[in-house]
Amino acid sequence: MSTPAFAAALVPALVWIPLSLGALSFVLGRAASPWLVLPGLLATAGVVPALLPLAAPGGIAAYHLGGWMPPLGIAWRLDGLSAIMLAITAIVSAGVGIFASSMMNRMDRQSEWFWPLLLLLIAGLNALFLTRDLFNAYVTLEIVSLAAVALVTITGTSAPIVAGMRYLLAALAGSLSYLLAVALLYARYGTLDFDLLATVMQDDPIGMLALALATAGLFIKSALFPLHVWLPPAHGSAPAPVSAMLSALVVKAGFYLLLRLWFEVFAALDSLAAARVLIGLCGAGAVVWGSMLALCQQRLKPLLAYSTVAQLGYLLLLFPLAEVVSAWQGTLILVCAHGTAKAAMFLAAGIILRAYGHDRIIAIGGAARGVPLTTFALGLAGVSLIGLPPSGGFAAKWLLLVAAFESGRWWWSFVPLGGGLLAAGYVFIILARAFEAPSADTGDFAQVPRVAELAALALALVSFMLGFAGNAVAIGLDSAIAEMTRS
Amino acid sequence: MTGHSLIYAIAGALMVGIGLRALFLQAHLLTKIIAANVTASGTFLVLVGVAPFNGGAHPDPVPQAMVLTGIVISVSITAYALALLRRLYDVTGATDLPEERRK
Repeated sequence: MSTPAFAAALVPALVWIPLSLGALSFVLGRAASPWLVLPGLLATAGVVPALLPLAAPGGIAAYHLGGWMPPLGIAWRLDGLSAIMLAITAIVSAGVGIFASSMMNRMDRQSEWFWPLLLLLIAGLNALFLTRDLFNAYVTLEIVSLAAVALVTITGTSAPIVAGMRYLLAALAGSLSYLLAVALLYARYGTLDFDLLATVMQDDPIGMLALALATAGLFIKSALFPLHVWLPPAHGSAPAPVSAMLSALVVKAGFYLLLRLWFEVFAALDSLAAARVLIGLCGAGAVVWGSMLALCQQRLKPLLAYSTVAQLGYLLLLFPLAEVVSAWQGTLILVCAHGTAKAAMFLAAGIILRAYGHDRIIAIGGAARGVPLTTFALGLAGVSLIGLPPSGGFAAKWLLLVAAFESGRWWWSFVPLGGGLLAAGYVFIILARAFEAPSADTGDFAQVPRVAELAALALALVSFMLGFAGNAVAIGLDSAIAEMTRS
Repeated sequence: MTGHSLIYAIAGALMVGIGLRALFLQAHLLTKIIAANVTASGTFLVLVGVAPFNGGAHPDPVPQAMVLTGIVISVSITAYALALLRRLYDVTGATDLPEERRK
C-alpha cells in the first residue's frame, strides 16, 4: 500500500500534523490536550516508517513548497540523513509524550502550555530536517529555539526563568550570526538552495566569512564547546520531559545543519582541512570539560546536562575524520544512541524527582528497590553513554576508533577512550547511590505512574539495542553516508 | 547603483557591530533586548543592501521577502523576551543575569 507517490505525499504531513494539532490544543486548552495530542504525536511518529523506503538510494522524495521550484521556491527533500533525524525525533518525542501524559495530570496549571509548545517544537524540528534552503533553515531554527526556550521557562519559577533568559539571548546571538552568513551567501551567489550553492561555491573570503559566521552561530545553538555555557542551567532546571527533548533533539538540530553546510554546501572547498581539525579539537575539549564538570555535580539533572555537553563533543570528531566511512557510521549511530539514552535518563531523573521530591544524588539511596524499572533504565542508558558493549554507544565509539586508525590519525582515538572512562565515572556515581540502602535524609517516597517508568525504560532499551542492530543500522546508514561523502 | 546601496550595507554592518557590543557588554536585560534588535536591524540592512539587483535591471524581491520574514521573527522574539524579563523581575526582583551582576 505504501507506494512511492503516496509516501511522498506524506512528507509535508510530518510538519502539518504537529503544527495544526499544536494550534488546536492551544485553543482547546488543558482539558482536551493530552487526549488530543498524544494520538497525533504517535501518528506523526507512525508516518516516519512509511517514509523510510524513500530515503534509500535513488528513492529520494522531494517536495516543493507551493509548487515553486528552486531557485525561487523552497525545496524540501527526504534523504538518508533526514530520515535518521526524523526517525530519532519520532522515537524520542513519542516516549516523551507518553511520559508527560502520565505525569502531567498532577502537574500545575502551566502544564497546559506544554502540549502546544511541544508540538510546535516537533514541527520545527521536522521542517528543519527536511529543508534544502538556507533561509528556510533559519526560520525553522527560530521556531525550534523559541519553542525550546518557552518550554524551559514553563514552570515560571526563578531558576528556569533565569536559565531561559540566558538561553534566549544566546540563541538570538547565534541566529543573527547565522542570518548574516545567509545574507553574505545570497549576496555572493544569488541563491539559497543547498544543491545550487554547492555547484557554484568558490574558495573566496566571502564564502569563508559566511561559513565562519554560520558555524559560530550553530555552535551557540547546539551548545558546542566552548560556546556551551548556557546549556547546563537550562537543561538542568527545565521540567524532565523538556530536558529530554532539548538534550536528545534540539542540540542535534544545529549539529545537523553544520553537517549540511560543511559536507554539502561547502564540500568542494579544499582549504577547510585546518578548520576541520580545529572543530575536532573543540570536540575533544567538550568531552574533557563536560565530563569533568559532570563529575563535580551534586544533583542528577545538572550532571546529565554536563554529560550532554561532553557527548556532543564526540559528534565533532566527525569533522577531522570525515573522509572515512566508519566515522560517519559512528557519528550517526551516536546521534541516535545518545538521543535515546539521554532522553531516558532525563525522564528517569524526572521520576526520581517525583518520587523523592529532590534529585540530590547523595540522597537517592533505595531507588533500586523503590523505582526498580527507573533504576534499570538509568543503568541501561548509562551503559550506552559510557560505550560498554553491546550497547549502541559501544557500536558508535568502536566505529569512531576504527575511523581514527583507518585515517592514520590515531591520536583522535584518545577522545572516545578517555571520554568513556570519564563517563563511567559519572554514571557509576549515580548507580552506586541508587543501589545503596535508603538513608535517614531520603524522606518520604511518592508513588510514580508505571507508564512513565515504562516510557523511560523503552527509550533506554532502544539506545541499548542499537548495538545489537549494528549491522542493520549500518546498512540503513549507507545511503545517508553515500550522499554526504560523494563529493 | 551598486555604490548607492553599498552605503546601506556598510551602515548595516556598523549597526551589527554596535548591537553586538551592547549585547555582550551591557548587563541590563532591557538594554540587551534592544541591542539584539539593533543587531537584527543591521543584519536586515545588510541583506537588502548587498544584493539589490543581482545582475538584473529590477530590484531582487527575495532579500526583501527574507527581511519581512526576519522582522516577523524579530518582533515575536522581542515580545517573548520582554514578557520573560517582566516575569524574571517579578520572581527574582533583578533585571540582569546573576553572572553579570556588579558586586
